[in-house]
Amino acid sequence: MVLASTDEILEDLAFFDDWEERYKYIIDLGKELPSMAPELQTADRLVKGCQSNVWLHYEYRNGQLVFLVESDAVIVRGLLALVMSAFNEKSPSDIVAFDIDDYFSTLDLERHLSPTRGNGLRSIVGKVKSIAMSLKNVTDNAIEL
Amino acid sequence: MAFDVAVIRQQFPILSRDIDGSPLVYLDNAATTHKPQCVIDAISHYYSYSNSNVHRGAHRLADESTKAYEGARDTVARFINANVREEVIWTSGTTESINIVAHGIAQQLNPGDQLLVTEMEHHADLVTWQQACATSGAELKVAPINDNGELNLDQFQTLLCDRTKLVAFPHISNALGTVNPITKMIAMAKAAGALVLIDGAQGIAHGDVDVQSLGCDFYVFSGHKVFAPTGTGVLWGRQSLLESWPVWQTGGEMISTVTYQSAQWNQLPYRLEAGTPHIAGVIGLGAALEWLSRQDLDGMRLHEKALMATATERAEQFEGLRIIGTAKNKLGVLSFLIEGGHPADVGFLLDRQGIAIRTGHHCAEPLMNRLGVPGTARASFSLYNTLDEVDALFDALKKVRLMLA
Repeated sequence: MVLASTDEILEDLAFFDDWEERYKYIIDLGKELPSMAPELQTADRLVKGCQSNVWLHYEYRNGQLVFLVESDAVIVRGLLALVMSAFNEKSPSDIVAFDIDDYFSTLDLERHLSPTRGNGLRSIVGKVKSIAMSLKNVTDNAIEL
Repeated sequence: MAFDVAVIRQQFPILSRDIDGSPLVYLDNAATTHKPQCVIDAISHYYSYSNSNVHRGAHRLADESTKAYEGARDTVARFINANVREEVIWTSGTTESINIVAHGIAQQLNPGDQLLVTEMEHHADLVTWQQACATSGAELKVAPINDNGELNLDQFQTLLCDRTKLVAFPHISNALGTVNPITKMIAMAKAAGALVLIDGAQGIAHGDVDVQSLGCDFYVFSGHKVFAPTGTGVLWGRQSLLESWPVWQTGGEMISTVTYQSAQWNQLPYRLEAGTPHIAGVIGLGAALEWLSRQDLDGMRLHEKALMATATERAEQFEGLRIIGTAKNKLGVLSFLIEGGHPADVGFLLDRQGIAIRTGHHCAEPLMNRLGVPGTARASFSLYNTLDEVDALFDALKKVRLMLA
């Protein structure tokens, strides 16, 4: 999928000064996110948040992690697009190294990653990071051998 | 003094704050209500002036705090018209109150016995009974509702039988706002010989609960939904039942004599109140009910009805909005869905405009499944809400609809 890069998003969001435009932009980003086929939306891919459901599917190809995500709420979907701009088609090392909290702070969206919001976004970020971490460990160990 | 919402609002300091520059419009009262200054002061006064443990101290502070603490019990007893003050048991909230009753009934149940609840139960009034059945081998029956969210009384009657040991249902549904015909339901359940517990979490704040005239056996509620602190609650039960009810927790306060090998239980209410209680919270609960009792309650109820009627009317006219729960008799709660918007989106976009609601399944997942919805957006009202705030909700929803289009 061709998504806006983190730099493009940073630039675009800095351009808006009212919250409505910012969130319309975020909702639109979500619309560009490819849909996950219904048959992939299975219980084992579900990251259950308190208020909305989020599904995560991944494949490891040519040293890169390729993700598919889905949400039944449009704002979460938009925020997932932001997360994917940072993580999709990146190497495990890049994903582990990327400071998502800092990225969301710079976007002035850090409240969406706060533990009190039951939107599943924080769980998704945690899951992506742990997938990347375990792959990175395997790769690192392989090099040592 | 006649009911004046402006005067009421002045007593709640939190209502004057803003959210990102918009005035706070707090419509999440079914989750918790705010506290008037006098309740905040009562808690603060206790900690700054007479903090001490209750019942046991040989000093002035203990005398004062015991007097305030036991005075709160008298206030609650008056507020719900208990037969005697000893029928008022302090708990941490509705959930613990129900657990005390469920824990006791589970010891008395046998395979073949039945408990009866309704499809509109909050998890607190469902899972507890479900587990009491699981440990005892009794069967849990569930009385159905219609698509409007009203209980079917004929089927409720059919499900009652001589094996029904206890019936539990909400005074008012937290997810839909349905006001149940509890007097009638209690009479039906009592005629079948069952014990009756009313989940009063949403019912208590309307100030018209009289446990003697209701005729139920247990009425339970949380303090924090009636302007008092979180972590406080009441189990009201008939003295004749509570006197011999299986003890809940054991420890200090709830015993009369103790040897290394045995103990005898204290009398009511203490036999069901082990350990040092939430003294400050209880004093706050007393202050809250004293405060509520001083208001023009008839005026308050008219105001609450007007809020519900206006919100319903506006909702019915709002294109793309579907009301979830359309019972004839509703109070305090407007649950709804907006076309094309997940409740989480609606809740978030309202919050950005200063409007606080709750979204999700409202701790009533089986009810949401029964109604075929993933959850709802829920606006819930209290006596300090204004008709202007109802307008503000629908003005903000217009923006939500526009953004989600």
